[in-house]
Amino acid sequence: MTTASAVRPASTEEAASALAELSSPVRPLGAGSRAEWGGPDAPGAVTVHTGGLDRIVAHNPGDFTAIVQAGVPFAELQRHLGREGQWLALDPPDRGGTIGGLVATADSGPARHRYGGVRDLVIGITVVLSDGTVARSGGTVIKNVAGYDLGKLFAGSYGTLGLVTQVALRLHPLPARTATLVAAIADPAALTAAVLAMSRHPLEAMALDVSWAGGTGRLLVRFGGVTAAARAADAAKLLHDVDTDVVVDDESIWAAQRSAQRGPAVVKVSALPTDLPAVIAAAGDATVVSRAALGVSYLCFPAGDDLAARVTAARAALAPRPTVVLDGARLVEGPWTAPDPGTLALMRSVKARFDPAGMFRPGTYVGGI
Amino acid sequence: MDGHELVERLRRVVGDRWLLLDEHELRTYESDGLLQYQQVPRLAVLPGTGEQVRACVAACAEAGVPWVARGAGSGLSGGALPVKDGVLIVLSRLNRILEVDLDNGRVCVEPGVTNAAVSTAVAPDFFYPPDPSSQIVCTIGGNVAENSGGAHCFKYGFTTNYVTGLEVVLADGTLVTIGGKELDPPGYDLLGAFVGSEGTLGVATKIWLRVVPVPEATRTLVAFFDSTRQAGEAVSAIVQAGIVPGAIEMMDATTIRAAEAMAHAGYPVGRGAALLVELDGAEAECDAQFTQVTSICAEQGSDDVRVSRDEAERALFWKTRKAAFPAMGRISPNYFVQDGVVPRTTLPDVLVRIDELAAEYGLTVANVFHAGDGNLHPLVCFDAAVEGQAARAEELAGRILDICLEAGGSITGEHGVGVDKRKHMAKMFGEGDLAAFQRLRCAFDPDGRANPGKVMPTPRLCGEVPGVYRQHPLEAAGLAERF
Repeated sequence: MTTASAVRPASTEEAASALAELSSPVRPLGAGSRAEWGGPDAPGAVTVHTGGLDRIVAHNPGDFTAIVQAGVPFAELQRHLGREGQWLALDPPDRGGTIGGLVATADSGPARHRYGGVRDLVIGITVVLSDGTVARSGGTVIKNVAGYDLGKLFAGSYGTLGLVTQVALRLHPLPARTATLVAAIADPAALTAAVLAMSRHPLEAMALDVSWAGGTGRLLVRFGGVTAAARAADAAKLLHDVDTDVVVDDESIWAAQRSAQRGPAVVKVSALPTDLPAVIAAAGDATVVSRAALGVSYLCFPAGDDLAARVTAARAALAPRPTVVLDGARLVEGPWTAPDPGTLALMRSVKARFDPAGMFRPGTYVGGI
Repeated sequence: MDGHELVERLRRVVGDRWLLLDEHELRTYESDGLLQYQQVPRLAVLPGTGEQVRACVAACAEAGVPWVARGAGSGLSGGALPVKDGVLIVLSRLNRILEVDLDNGRVCVEPGVTNAAVSTAVAPDFFYPPDPSSQIVCTIGGNVAENSGGAHCFKYGFTTNYVTGLEVVLADGTLVTIGGKELDPPGYDLLGAFVGSEGTLGVATKIWLRVVPVPEATRTLVAFFDSTRQAGEAVSAIVQAGIVPGAIEMMDATTIRAAEAMAHAGYPVGRGAALLVELDGAEAECDAQFTQVTSICAEQGSDDVRVSRDEAERALFWKTRKAAFPAMGRISPNYFVQDGVVPRTTLPDVLVRIDELAAEYGLTVANVFHAGDGNLHPLVCFDAAVEGQAARAEELAGRILDICLEAGGSITGEHGVGVDKRKHMAKMFGEGDLAAFQRLRCAFDPDGRANPGKVMPTPRLCGEVPGVYRQHPLEAAGLAERF
């Protein structure tokens, strides 16, 4: 038995032999850019660094797919793909994170509106389980229904089921041009009405966000393609008595939306588009970034003495809508709203089957899994 | 509980009228859309509510009897094939649309609702994109089990991208909600694991779906080429240009001949390949891209590009494509429909290899495919009256899957594994992979009662489960938490 406090495998096989040797709790770790998310790991947990799994194994531009090891930095992958006019259509706030960390947390950004989340873009996955078993699911093609889809199960599992060593990803073409419709709307009900008016139309927008800060809001709708600016101007016609602007050089708007998803304390809310006024009301002094047509919002609380109390009050006001505290998870007793008992029992059963020894980050996940 | 007790209990649950015991009545359900496999179940029930489904499954659990859930039975891999001594749970009576909430882009339905009925319920402004060609009859419950795709899934995605929540009856008779009406409920993505699990993890009794606005514009063309290689290169050029067509379908010479004989769309018999390209989306963007697609087809060697002028002509283009399977009956007494996937860039080479193989076997293989995502549907033609030909055709169909795997593809893109492709699973997945699949199966159904004998290549037991979490009495009482 090894007594190392950390291992750094350079291949799936090395990871498998390292894990087969270990019996203590382990914690997979990429760049640590979301290290504080989830519950605290057991003292003495062995860190499995994925930094050695650093290869872009394949990029098939013609097939719009790539095979990537878990430790590859997200930004490095996007640079690599960008040379061929392609990207992994995920744009989470990036603080130097890795692909493995992205998959483990299922983090996402504004592009989720159009392209879906991690679960929708992982087409194959390789994992190592606690007994050293190497398992693959999916493949390297976009369309495939052979076998169970473990990629989705592991996406957002926070490293509690096994170590993700490699993923196959679906890619998309980078848009030729982008343009963003910006509409300033100070009343939450009117803002929501504008969101619903937009989401009922076949805009094929790349992103549809709301930003709420300092008691006022903005609707942001981003378009991609050769006709992006014209479509943004057309979309403005759906809004009446609203100040609108079309911004062609729009990257900074979206960078701001992304970075407002991180902060001293961030609560992610699962709700419906029509819940937006309630989400804004519950936010208090927090800024709100909402994937408004998806109903998913991020409340970012400014630092201060009563931070924990403000977070707790907002979650209480949002209940029964499920919430998770991302940044600032340590401020609260349980970062996740507990699922129904039956659903939680099924999740525990999944955990018990995949990690019967309870090695992967015990006690850190939903419901104390 | 003995067999007689089970029957009486099920009778009490669904009522006499909805319990079928007579062998002649049960024969209706002996196959799904793949007629090669037949099995009459021990009995069938047609529950009328989700609670009745739960009660039927609970009764099976107590009696230790396996069961299979069935929707319309239009599947093509034997996924709904009954189990000999088991109960068949037919979900056709659960056909209510429970909620339509267009502000939030959601519909909640029972599993027996047909795929097409969902789009009808949200028309004219919204639609439900996954569109398997059986969409008029196939049910959403079956779509969830199979993760159904369709011609438009290259752009729009598959069933799994549209299901946000499920109410599921597990094999022990408990009802759980996974996912929800909203996205991202905390915890494992059990929804992602369940959709496409072919009825082996439980039965869905309520389904929340995302629906989307109908695109502003649709533009459709058919381009004819001398060879499938040319047409395949046109597909690559279109996709490389950053265009994501709503649908992009290819037919080879044999298929054109057969389909034209049935649909009479004026397709030039004798051409090597037809490419149907449909763009949809915002009108301006659609028009700009359509011009690009038209010139790409010409650049890649098409001297005959036909653009649909109206809805009637568009319908005719599609009629020809959708006639491909049934039309094959006009040129061959029998045929097997194969379903394989290859990386799109390998299409031209894979087609050559399939042709070589067909020549080696002395059989005709017609090719129809969803070209955007490399999903092939080779139709292996044979005459069952000729001794040994059916067996040779089946062997050839299997070898086509070997070619798909060698090219880096998959043994099934949309029909599922069912019983038909179990034998190919071990070619695509190793022992560790299959063992991991089994872990998932055991987490949901440790006794293996839900649709046994499907998906996995060999029957497996879940065995001892020393690590399985058992709730401590103190936890149950809320007096302790385990960390």
